[in-house]
Amino acid sequence: MAASQDKHFRKFQGADVISMRDFSEEEILFILDYASRFEAASAPILQGKILATLFYEPSTRTRLSFESAMIGLGGSVMGFTDAAVSSAAKGESVRDTAKMIEGYADAMVIRHPLEGSARAAAEGADIPVINGGDGTNQHPTQTFLDLYTILKNKQTLRGLHVGFLGDLKYGRTVHSLAEALSHFDCRMYFIAPEMLRMPAHILSELDRHGIIYSETENLYGVSRELDILYVTRIQKERFPDPLDYEKVKNVYILNEKLLEHVKPELKILHPLPRVNEIDPALDRYPQAEYFQQSKNGVTVRKALLSLVLGVHL
Amino acid sequence: MTDEKNSSVSMEMRISKLRNGAVIDHLRPGTAMKAIQVLGVTDGSTLSIGMFLDSKKMGRKDLIKIENRTLTAKEINKIAVLSPEATLCNIRDYQLVQKTKAHLPREIPVIVRCTNPKCITNHEKVGTLFTVVEDNPLKLRCRYCERAISGDEIELI
Repeated sequence: MAASQDKHFRKFQGADVISMRDFSEEEILFILDYASRFEAASAPILQGKILATLFYEPSTRTRLSFESAMIGLGGSVMGFTDAAVSSAAKGESVRDTAKMIEGYADAMVIRHPLEGSARAAAEGADIPVINGGDGTNQHPTQTFLDLYTILKNKQTLRGLHVGFLGDLKYGRTVHSLAEALSHFDCRMYFIAPEMLRMPAHILSELDRHGIIYSETENLYGVSRELDILYVTRIQKERFPDPLDYEKVKNVYILNEKLLEHVKPELKILHPLPRVNEIDPALDRYPQAEYFQQSKNGVTVRKALLSLVLGVHL
Repeated sequence: MTDEKNSSVSMEMRISKLRNGAVIDHLRPGTAMKAIQVLGVTDGSTLSIGMFLDSKKMGRKDLIKIENRTLTAKEINKIAVLSPEATLCNIRDYQLVQKTKAHLPREIPVIVRCTNPKCITNHEKVGTLFTVVEDNPLKLRCRYCERAISGDEIELI
């Protein structure tokens, strides 16, 4: 056990966190297990370390939870939250910015609208780079906290029946989570209007892993099967045509009526922010796990910062 | 030099026999010009190009002859992404001295454009790199945006 832990500690020290594809099943489970140490205990293990936050796109949860995680472990944070005030406005490349930040910080988190930007930043810098979301591609720390929340509630990731609801076309969190869960033989239900179906390239990945899934527009047709219902916001900003957004924006609104159609042990997750897809009246029910899920983001990000900076709890 | 005896005569009428150099055969029809670009044989070597030639094996094919220059197996592998069936014959004094079939490398640097308009490789000076996910049918994945592209979507830079 100790040898296995040391192996992982060595592997992740100085490593980048760019894509869930870079992590094996064993590594995912190690990280989730290691994160549980940060639930209760906290110590200033990252004192003297600096995290740079490069946010070229707006973010509330990701940026603040990284800051909370870093400060909670005794470290410091610096960065920008708007590309207009960074050198990007002067035309500096992501690689060059990352190379420059290397001289100022011990690790960096980057969110950028271009897909592949975090990978390019990681190639430019010798310090660990954590992807805080690159366009519609990857958001691995969100996926780790989603997996962590599922594991914490269900004590396993294996063989669960997981429903994904809402914007499955543009939502990167559902793409990453579905691919990550494909390691664990989960049965998947994709519930979305025709216009927002899961993209073919994700489905073909699931086919490659032999995952059983179904697609439907009818939530109540499958809701009783579910252990987890992962709800996403229909993201106005991702629609090229605003008329298309208007057609689907209110297609799913979950309220207390849902509870008549689900198992009592169902947990509802949502990466937040929500708009009106989950009625706040649901918040008080034990099925509503999304605020705890968001809190788990700090725990998981503490673990990831500890691992990549090589200072362990 | 060609795969079909029947068509070799008519082909020789079109393209003269090579004394020294390389013949790239079994190129997919319409890919010869791209293959020349990918191989970088635009340095002044005399080239003969046959396009949409009859082929028993492929129906139609392209063919390139390069005079006074041989190619390596590594070089021919660069065009496997265009034409997985391509073959290379190096010729010396009209004799075949080496015949090699193209093999798809595991990674394809620089030559393929990412079809995702939001990929960083289409916005900044980041050279593309694709991993071969499946050989047949061909499927590549961009190292950066992770978008998978199929063989018929491949666009060369």
